[in-house]
Amino acid sequence: MSDPMAEIRASFFIECEELLESLQDGLQMMDDGSTDSETINIVFRAVHSIKGGAGAFGLDDLVQFAHRFETAMDEVRSGNFHPDSEAIRLFFTCADILGDLVRAARDDTPPPNDQIAPVLEKLDLLVGVEEEEDEDLDFTPMTLSLDLGDTPPLGLDDAGALADLPPLTFDTPVGKGFIISFKPENALYSSGNEPLYLFRALRDLGDLSVRCDISGLPALASIDPNCGYLSWALTLVTEEPEQAVREVFEFVDGLCALSISPLTDDNSALPAPEPEVTYPEPDVIPEIETKAAEAPVTQPEPAQTAPAQSAKSTGAPTQPRATVRVDLERIDRLVNLVGELVINQAMLSQSVVETGLPPNSPVSTGLEEFLQLTRDIQESVMMIRAQPIKSLFQRMGRIVREASASVNKEVKFHTDGETTEVDKTVIERLADPLTHMIRNAVDHGFETTEDRIASGKPSAGIVTLSAQHRSGRIVIEISDDGAGIDRERVKAKALEKGLIPEDAQLSDGDIDNLLFLPGFSTASEISNLSGRGVGMDVVKSAIQALGGRISISSQQGKGTTFSISLPLTLAVLDGMVVQVAGETLVVPLNAILETLTLTDQDLRQLGPETHVVQIRGGFVPLLDLGAELGYREPETSYVGATVLLIGQEDGNRAALAVDAIEDQRQVVIKGLEGSYGRVPGIAAATILGDGQIALILDPTDLVTQASGRTRVRAFPKALAG
Amino acid sequence: MSLNVLAVDDSRTMRDMLNLALSSAGFTAHLAEDGLHGLEVLSEIEPDVIITDINMPRMDGFGFIEALRSDDRWSRIPILVLTTESADELKAKARSAGATGWIVKPFDPAKLVKALQMVAG
Repeated sequence: MSDPMAEIRASFFIECEELLESLQDGLQMMDDGSTDSETINIVFRAVHSIKGGAGAFGLDDLVQFAHRFETAMDEVRSGNFHPDSEAIRLFFTCADILGDLVRAARDDTPPPNDQIAPVLEKLDLLVGVEEEEDEDLDFTPMTLSLDLGDTPPLGLDDAGALADLPPLTFDTPVGKGFIISFKPENALYSSGNEPLYLFRALRDLGDLSVRCDISGLPALASIDPNCGYLSWALTLVTEEPEQAVREVFEFVDGLCALSISPLTDDNSALPAPEPEVTYPEPDVIPEIETKAAEAPVTQPEPAQTAPAQSAKSTGAPTQPRATVRVDLERIDRLVNLVGELVINQAMLSQSVVETGLPPNSPVSTGLEEFLQLTRDIQESVMMIRAQPIKSLFQRMGRIVREASASVNKEVKFHTDGETTEVDKTVIERLADPLTHMIRNAVDHGFETTEDRIASGKPSAGIVTLSAQHRSGRIVIEISDDGAGIDRERVKAKALEKGLIPEDAQLSDGDIDNLLFLPGFSTASEISNLSGRGVGMDVVKSAIQALGGRISISSQQGKGTTFSISLPLTLAVLDGMVVQVAGETLVVPLNAILETLTLTDQDLRQLGPETHVVQIRGGFVPLLDLGAELGYREPETSYVGATVLLIGQEDGNRAALAVDAIEDQRQVVIKGLEGSYGRVPGIAAATILGDGQIALILDPTDLVTQASGRTRVRAFPKALAG
Repeated sequence: MSLNVLAVDDSRTMRDMLNLALSSAGFTAHLAEDGLHGLEVLSEIEPDVIITDINMPRMDGFGFIEALRSDDRWSRIPILVLTTESADELKAKARSAGATGWIVKPFDPAKLVKALQMVAG
């Protein structure tokens, strides 16, 4: 059987990540100028909950730091301290360290001690909280003893957590016991306390005799049901210390008149319990005289009786959602199985077609439903794997803060579309490339603060990270409002490094793309930030490995935007099966805007091998798929040819000429890169229903490859739109 | 004696721990994520005792206790607050809101059980 505490511990660290996320959110809102108490409470609660859980597991480093952070946030919460942007930056740093400590505790790695002390020092200086003594940090790890059938006796070692008790009186004659006089006030009853339970707890400590004093009872007619009139004299024979007795009364301290005195030979006779009121059985309230049968122990009525609904109406934004935590491996297994199901279903469909059954036969209709279900299952499974990209964006916030601090630039970080859902694997594998790009943007993208001010820009630069769904893909953009790419310098550098020939005629876009060449670096001084060695070429291959593409657009003086486009899923896609020169190929359906058959009117020839297609008043370059892939020579005429109109994320279009369209179906993506490396224009491969292997095209890459060649570049720019 | 307990805490970890401690002691544990959720759960169950955290979103522990104390059905139910601080001030505040007692986090399961028995038998 698995250890329940280990499970809770693992789930604590998962919860910590969520808390760290809302901590970042709250701080970001504060940074954006929000000063309302709920925002501050979100921050406070996140730190507080981490501390609470950490205490239970004895994670002292984490508790100590969280406590100091919490104390500072409490100052903010109580209005004693109004944080300026510098303070909020410090809070961000605290949140980062808190995250480091959580991960250090989780992975059992050493905590970042060298960072903690200076930050705490700053925190104390800023918020003015005195370093506290450790009294509030008396955290002992929680140990679960599962044998709780009997109530364990309260011992001296329990003293720590049950606080503010009077000091032990050691002159108590041990082995005798105590005489207790107890008179509850009305408030004791209204707090929900019940003398009977206290007496039961006392009885657990030793031999208890109870005598009820009913002398305070008025005549029945004058009894106020909201008042208690009884008091008790108790004699407890026990070897327990006085503290154990006081602990029983801890919750009613101040709500009753209580005196506890040691039982001695002298006084033991005095309050000798009268036999008829000796507390007989724990479940029976001592019977007194009939006239007071019910009233005395009855608790007072509550002072006010407003319905609970009044409190219920005070702001209820969202009902907490029920969730289940599932091992990722199980989901991956499910994803793979669904992949197999899709292939299997395709094979089955194929066999049914081959048997020559009519389309309206029960088998065919049944199969149709099967297809629909397969599709629904696949979408649902993909949804399980998808998660908001927010966590990744928040990590980037930290990168911006750290990077800007190390190069002494003031940089603000904005995000957009952080609820966009992306496959978990994609999110994980994007972390490194994004980190590198963000560092690059801060390090190289921005001018110095002086230069910014001189060119009329606000002194603080802005890095914006955005995500959105576009044309069935995820598009992530990293933009800065810096100086833009210095193309002269880039070109000079490329020449110097021998990456381009002396006489190269390069467009602005071509120059920008030089940044992706291996070994390229424009920083005249290598900073310790973006470093040497890892360049944009590594970023590019990481993105391509995910089936993605990356592009740059830059405007001198205005800034640079990197745009990453990624497939929604890495497992299955909707494809159009086409025939080209006897080969079967799959074109991702989301790239196809429409299909058409060309007539003489649609075609314009611009050169010997250069055709454009006229579509609703616009011109689109025509690519012969067979020729582009090297299967055959270009056709001489494309009249009557079938073309697929391809839409790209950048808004450009192209027409792909194919021999025939066969089918439209879901295919399972099988990567080629493990065996063949990256093939230009090809995204992956798949297995069709008849067991045949077909290549899946990457139409955008194909078009880009083609437009990189001179004959396509000869197009006037206006035509390509 | 087996008790029916409602435990309200916004921290999942804390709820898991309370659940483990309570069920190990033979108690029946019902869990809620904040005060409002607690009130909803209370429309379906009748616990013998309630444990609640203080710092929670939507409706905090103080608001929750006040709502209970002003409702005839729950005005007398024993309520223990969970707190990481042992400050007297906090106890005074909990008490004036109508709490019966308190448990200092991180709690010792045995002490939790003891405290529950002290207020609810």
